[in-house]
Amino acid sequence: MIDARTTHVEQTEELAAALAALVRPRDIIVLSGEMGAGKTAFVRGFATGMGVSSDETVSSPTFTLVHTYDTGKLVIHHADLYRLGRLSDVEDLGLRELADLGDVVVIEWGNVAEEVLGDHLVVSLEVDDDEEDTRHVVVSVVGHTWDSRWEQLKRALAKWGN
Amino acid sequence: MSTTSFTSATSALNVDESTVVLAIETSCDETAAAVVMGGNDVLSSVVSSQIDIHAKFGGVVPEVASRAHLQNLLPVVSSAIEETGIQPERVDAVAATVGPGLIGALLVGVSAAKSLALAWQKPFIGVNHMEAHLYAGLLDDPTLEFPLIVLLVSGGHTMLVDMQDHGRYRVLGHTIDDAAGEAFDKVARYLDLGYPGGPAIDKASARGDAEAVDFPRAMLHDGLNFSFSGLKTAVINHVKKNPDVSNDDVAASFQAAVVDVLVAKTVRAAQQTNAKGIVLGGGVAANSRLREHMSTFGAEQGLRVALPSRAMCTDNAAMIAAAGWHRLRSDGPTSLAAGAYPNLRLPIDSSGASSK
Repeated sequence: MIDARTTHVEQTEELAAALAALVRPRDIIVLSGEMGAGKTAFVRGFATGMGVSSDETVSSPTFTLVHTYDTGKLVIHHADLYRLGRLSDVEDLGLRELADLGDVVVIEWGNVAEEVLGDHLVVSLEVDDDEEDTRHVVVSVVGHTWDSRWEQLKRALAKWGN
Repeated sequence: MSTTSFTSATSALNVDESTVVLAIETSCDETAAAVVMGGNDVLSSVVSSQIDIHAKFGGVVPEVASRAHLQNLLPVVSSAIEETGIQPERVDAVAATVGPGLIGALLVGVSAAKSLALAWQKPFIGVNHMEAHLYAGLLDDPTLEFPLIVLLVSGGHTMLVDMQDHGRYRVLGHTIDDAAGEAFDKVARYLDLGYPGGPAIDKASARGDAEAVDFPRAMLHDGLNFSFSGLKTAVINHVKKNPDVSNDDVAASFQAAVVDVLVAKTVRAAQQTNAKGIVLGGGVAANSRLREHMSTFGAEQGLRVALPSRAMCTDNAAMIAAAGWHRLRSDGPTSLAAGAYPNLRLPIDSSGASSK
């Protein structure tokens, strides 16, 4: 588990970009955290880090469910399960299958679906009790796809170390 | 290999006031079908609304993807045709939303429309969902004159479009984070006001004081883009710090902040483009304060403000048929080889209907 702390939304975006630098095709990243914690902002930084053009607006897919970005090298699917209640709905979106095709999938409110997603990274954003702009960012992993990258990831996020 | 190509009827169709278009819409939550004559005479418009199921599941979409559309599609298309009293042979062209939307959901409607076009030997028309929303206002009021500013506000979109003519658009601004309707929905959920969030906030606001809390009006004087994520967070922070605050006051103050920004930017866009009128579209266009303030401030600037009915603002197939009729007239049929395009953008000129 990696513990980090950001004191402003821009820092959360920078952290996300640093994490993105270590991402590979077929990775799934699940974002959890309450409303307003900065999950969409995280994806904005992540997309920038992955090389998505700054002309692209990374907006919330809460209603549209999945937004797709193409960096030219890689396709990133940005999903949001906030409105979905049943695992069968999540399966209908085919997120695991998109990752298996070689794309990268980032899922807001994805913790409801962890059991059908296979190996993935979990990024949890928690709002600090006292400082309303501060976020505790906890990164953990399910499965072994990050084993060989874990030490690198720790170093990449060290500057936001708790 | 034989050269059989699967094309719909390609013989030049004279598109006029008597041309009947059957349209199918399956891009997101709603399965819808409609029959429209001459691009503006709505003979039928059927929407298999899942609103009761939403309420039952507390704001959660029970089945969002292709399965629900598959189940709904044939009953919805059949009733759209039956309601008109016309025979299916009277249909001159079949349109479907080809994007943007969920690929699985889009494919259900696109495949059905292509099959019907092929079986009936009628032209198929691929329609851009966002372009169709622009036509919703014109369907309600065909006397509107271009250029128009369309404010499209829903759960998934918030955008200002300069509609210069049929098929000629410019997106002047859009949300850089959350859509306005999404902010309504999430704030309603946070305040426990019920679902759907838009009407719930509207209702609570009627009892609350819109000036109780001075919430931020993000980017009010900064261009024509929108941002509502910070407002959502501001509401949450305010309630956390003031647990005894009246929910009605928070709802009313939040609604006032959203409406102030939407109205100010729409009126400014209209002034900048010398528009003759303003048209509202999308589910948030049903909000009573937005309608009232847009009418008042628009009128002060000498602008005609069109407020389409809620049925026309939310997702429906009548607008798909209307946009399809105009596309058929300007560009002719869409190839049956065309697919569905989840990331389709609004075409900026008349050649963009089926391009990515």
